[in-house]
Amino acid sequence: MSPRAAWRLHSLGFTDVYEYSAGKADWGAVGLPLEGKAAKSVRVKDIARGDVPTCGLADTVGSARMHAGDWGTCIVVNDERVVFGRLFKEQLEGDPNARVGDVMRPGTSTFRPNVSAVEMLDYMDRRHHETSLVTTSDGRLVGLVLREDVERAVGRRR
Amino acid sequence: MHKIVGHEEVQRLMRDGAQIVEVLPREEYGEAHLPGAINIPLKELDAKTASSLRRDRAVVVYCDDFQ
Repeated sequence: MSPRAAWRLHSLGFTDVYEYSAGKADWGAVGLPLEGKAAKSVRVKDIARGDVPTCGLADTVGSARMHAGDWGTCIVVNDERVVFGRLFKEQLEGDPNARVGDVMRPGTSTFRPNVSAVEMLDYMDRRHHETSLVTTSDGRLVGLVLREDVERAVGRRR
Repeated sequence: MHKIVGHEEVQRLMRDGAQIVEVLPREEYGEAHLPGAINIPLKELDAKTASSLRRDRAVVVYCDDFQ
């Protein structure tokens, strides 16, 4: 639709025309603000905890465990905060000398920042998840969403 | 010939005073739109509706990513 609009503007004599082909789905997915009725509802980017512990592929499990502290999880990222995987309690309690990259869980589900808290809670209910990772559309870590925060945002408890 | 841009370039254009135009129907615009965007649905985009736009400033058009 936007290519047609751009060409139509050209035909009407506009010369400085740009097409944002990825559109507002992309805008929301990278965590940029939107205006409008739906934009007023709570999004996961609003409640994601950006201070979730992180570690690198080459780190040891022992080091990641120290970072994780009471969180019980550590997110595996590179210098650009692109997510590679995640260590859960099970991996954090394993061999402290093992490399994070060898024991991490790759392929963990991630959600875009513009997912609503209601949608997030529905997903968590269906999958019995207590936490979910939020990343931008290019895979960068935004934070970790906790069920208790989502429930508070939605205003209901199990 | 228009230029295809990403969100970073759109933000720069916004700062430089570009006019942001969502071409989706009014209902979808009302639900969510880029900050400061105006709505000219594609079906209504003609010389009359485009007259609300300034020709001496850049225009960025967008819809959703799948339409």
